[in-house]
Amino acid sequence: MTSQADYDLECCNVSKSFGPVRAVDDVSFEIPSGSFFSILGPSGCGKTTLMRMIAGFENPSAGDIRIKGASVLGTPPNRRNVKMVFQHLALFPMMNVQENIAYGLRCIGTGKAEIQRKVKDVLERIALPDVGEREIHQLSGGQKQRIAIARCMVLDPDVLLLDEPLGALDLKLREAMKIELKLLQHQFNTTFVYITHDQSEALVMSDHVAVMNNGKFEQVGAPQQLYHHPASAFVAGFVGDANRWSGSVLETSDGRARVETAAGFSLVCKTGGGQSLRRGDSVEVFVRPEFIRAERGDAAPAAAQTGDDSLEGTVDSLLFNGANSRVLVRSGTGELIEADATLTGGPEDARPGDRVRLTWSADQALCFATQGGGR
Amino acid sequence: MLDRNTNWGFLLGYRLYVLAFFIFLAAPLTAAAVFAFNDSLFPALPWQGFTLDWFFNDTDPKLGMFHDRRLLRGLYYSFVIGIAVAGLSVAVGTCNAFLFVRRQFPAKNFFYIVMIVPLVIPGVILGISILVFASTVANGVEDGYGIDLELLRPGILLVVLGQFSFVTTITSLVIIARLKKFDGSMEEAAFNLGASRARVLATITLPFLRPAMIAAGIVAFLVSFENFNTTLFLVGSESPLTITMFDRMAKVGSTPVLNAVSFFLMVGSGLLAVVSILVQRDRAKE
Amino acid sequence: MNPRDFKRLSLILLFMPFALWILLLIVLPHIGMGVLALREKVAPRVYEFGFGNFIEFLHEPIYWNTLLRTGTMSMLVTALALIAGFPIAYYIAKIAGRRSRGALFLLCLIPLWVSDLIRAFGWILLLRETGVISGALQAIGLIDGPVELLYNDVTVIIGLVYTVILFMIVPLVSTLDGMDNAMIEAGYNLGGNGFTVLRRIIIPYAMPGIVSGCIIVFMLTAGSYLTPILLGGKNSSWFTETIYEQFITRYNWESGAAFGFLLLAFTSGVVWLGLKLSRQTLAGTVAKS
Repeated sequence: MTSQADYDLECCNVSKSFGPVRAVDDVSFEIPSGSFFSILGPSGCGKTTLMRMIAGFENPSAGDIRIKGASVLGTPPNRRNVKMVFQHLALFPMMNVQENIAYGLRCIGTGKAEIQRKVKDVLERIALPDVGEREIHQLSGGQKQRIAIARCMVLDPDVLLLDEPLGALDLKLREAMKIELKLLQHQFNTTFVYITHDQSEALVMSDHVAVMNNGKFEQVGAPQQLYHHPASAFVAGFVGDANRWSGSVLETSDGRARVETAAGFSLVCKTGGGQSLRRGDSVEVFVRPEFIRAERGDAAPAAAQTGDDSLEGTVDSLLFNGANSRVLVRSGTGELIEADATLTGGPEDARPGDRVRLTWSADQALCFATQGGGR
Repeated sequence: MLDRNTNWGFLLGYRLYVLAFFIFLAAPLTAAAVFAFNDSLFPALPWQGFTLDWFFNDTDPKLGMFHDRRLLRGLYYSFVIGIAVAGLSVAVGTCNAFLFVRRQFPAKNFFYIVMIVPLVIPGVILGISILVFASTVANGVEDGYGIDLELLRPGILLVVLGQFSFVTTITSLVIIARLKKFDGSMEEAAFNLGASRARVLATITLPFLRPAMIAAGIVAFLVSFENFNTTLFLVGSESPLTITMFDRMAKVGSTPVLNAVSFFLMVGSGLLAVVSILVQRDRAKE
Repeated sequence: MNPRDFKRLSLILLFMPFALWILLLIVLPHIGMGVLALREKVAPRVYEFGFGNFIEFLHEPIYWNTLLRTGTMSMLVTALALIAGFPIAYYIAKIAGRRSRGALFLLCLIPLWVSDLIRAFGWILLLRETGVISGALQAIGLIDGPVELLYNDVTVIIGLVYTVILFMIVPLVSTLDGMDNAMIEAGYNLGGNGFTVLRRIIIPYAMPGIVSGCIIVFMLTAGSYLTPILLGGKNSSWFTETIYEQFITRYNWESGAAFGFLLLAFTSGVVWLGLKLSRQTLAGTVAKS
């Protein structure tokens, strides 16, 4: 077994209750050194509380938190070697860039010459070598981000916590910053723990993602793992887009099930999350739009492979979004189904009112027992 | 909808009213100021020429302001009292701000109203109540222990305390308003970076409050300087400028030296007031 | 010291200045004043508890009348200040352009810093027999000889309104400034005319500012000393003068305390009534300005 010092951050059965409310419910995880770890979840799922416990601003009701193998529960927040980038950055407006970055160093009594050297060093590493003398309000959004990170990194922390730092930026800047953060993490080779509600941020930047809901970790794994093999209905619905139907199981066999959906059609799907289902169980079925093929009625029907589900319907509307374009199809029973489509604007595009046939492989349809059954 | 014509006429009438108001506002002040430069023994018409004598001349009967010893002494005492009141009230006001904005305690709303009450008590009442209280204590100590507590007799300390009693409410409100706008995450960030509590206070929180503290201090100084009602009952032999001027005014036939003082005070107060506004506006940019 | 104890200790330390200030300078002195008001002089140097001072107040019609006169004139001044000041406040908050608004507001603030004394002095210079207005009227030929404009009620009222009107305007400007213009436009859009918009939209919205201004103005007027005395002369009959007389001239502290108490009770009563009638609270109005 690898020695515990290989993990920069470990949480063992951490829980936090505020009165009757359980904000964090028995969470355990380890993060290997030098990796980018995201905690993904909707507002109110407890991720901020968890982060504040790691930083030391809250104390867990139960469990242990270990940094590089040593428990930090008794250490006050200004002594832990865990530094945090706050949601609105919290840069000090009455100091310039240099003084902001030097703040932590001054607190531990570093000498002047040493401070100057370290500040210069970190400014170069974030590729902003000349902004030392500038005031905070003179910086752009992206620059402020990097300064906030530099302010923490100059202290050489074991773990860097980032609390939804990209929320205040506009879309193009956000996209650029995602890549930058990933590169910065490699640069400094420090463990980053990143909390967010935006799943595209988590998927793009992380080595591992933990999906959190109602105080519990629903699944921890690599982004591809979460996307293609979700362990629960929540993860399947939260990560990426999916069509979603509820229904009940007609029959099961060998990891697959035939489900009769509430919408009135039946399909074959794979049982997700390693659950075992029985006839009559109520389930949710998820199919991602990119696995659904939509073909117009007048095209020659492609050879139906065994295990493919299919459905007939009429095109309701087109959603043009560049590479992510979709077509909305209304099935015979009135349901709206999203399928990926390439909309070039030419005559081959589907049109509202066209009759189409939707096909997808049963392997790409996942079903999970509805909350309260089968877990 | 109003007809265009009536609208225009109405607006004109309105503007004239506003203009008349500001003339009304300025009239007595202008009169007081202008006569400071009149080369006449009385602050009255006819105008007998421009002179700066009422400021700088040093011979009777045209004794200028800067040579009139009693007036200068009054100015000095007003200054001392003003600074004392400003200092005390800003200090206590800052404590009150932290108390009400950062802390929870029982009956907080009640105490908040109690804090505001001194502003709605007439200055006269504040004066007499403190006079009575201080005298009672001083008499009690004298009767009981034979010590004569000079401090508690009408004099500078009592004046400072009397003014402090209501000026503190003003400074508290000003600083509270500023503290409410403080982003708590900055303190957490400083904490996270390794600062001790005292350091966070000194390097982050207080610098943020500084503009409000300065503005509150200036307001406190000005209010103290021009206060009369409360001071009237608490003065001893060392009287501040307002009391001195009042004594002079009560005597018939005062010279324009009082106008010179008025002019000086108006300009001084105006400058300080502008400074206090600028201090607060500058920071608002950040 | 563990965190919880530290927090409690710091709370107590923070509370100390506040407690000392209020207790020593407000609460105890007022209690002392109350106690003194209830001491009757039975014989030289002999005092006993009694309402004698208050009874004396009720028996002497001059005292009673003075208080009533002060009260009614104060209310008149408050009303006048409101009526005259509201249009000005509205102009500054709503009609003036951006640049002139700051300048106008500043112009309103500066006279506030000038002492009561100087303001009253200025009026004396203008209104007395040998003053500017008398001289100007003579020069134009409207009157034959110098006219004494001071020492009457009208002058006192004008002087008082002048002294306090800025305390009415400043809270009003703050309140009106926070009012979204869209509300007024909506009022017109839905069919109102100038009068109904004023009555139903602007005034209710500005109510906290109005009440705040009225409270402050009333207290300042009733408690005013310099303006009535300097502009009204010896027969100005303002209650603060009566108190001063008792305390300083006659050295009758018991009476003075009793009268002070009565003034306080009277003004507090009016303020409380005003707050109740307009359904506001003290914290909501005065504190905001």
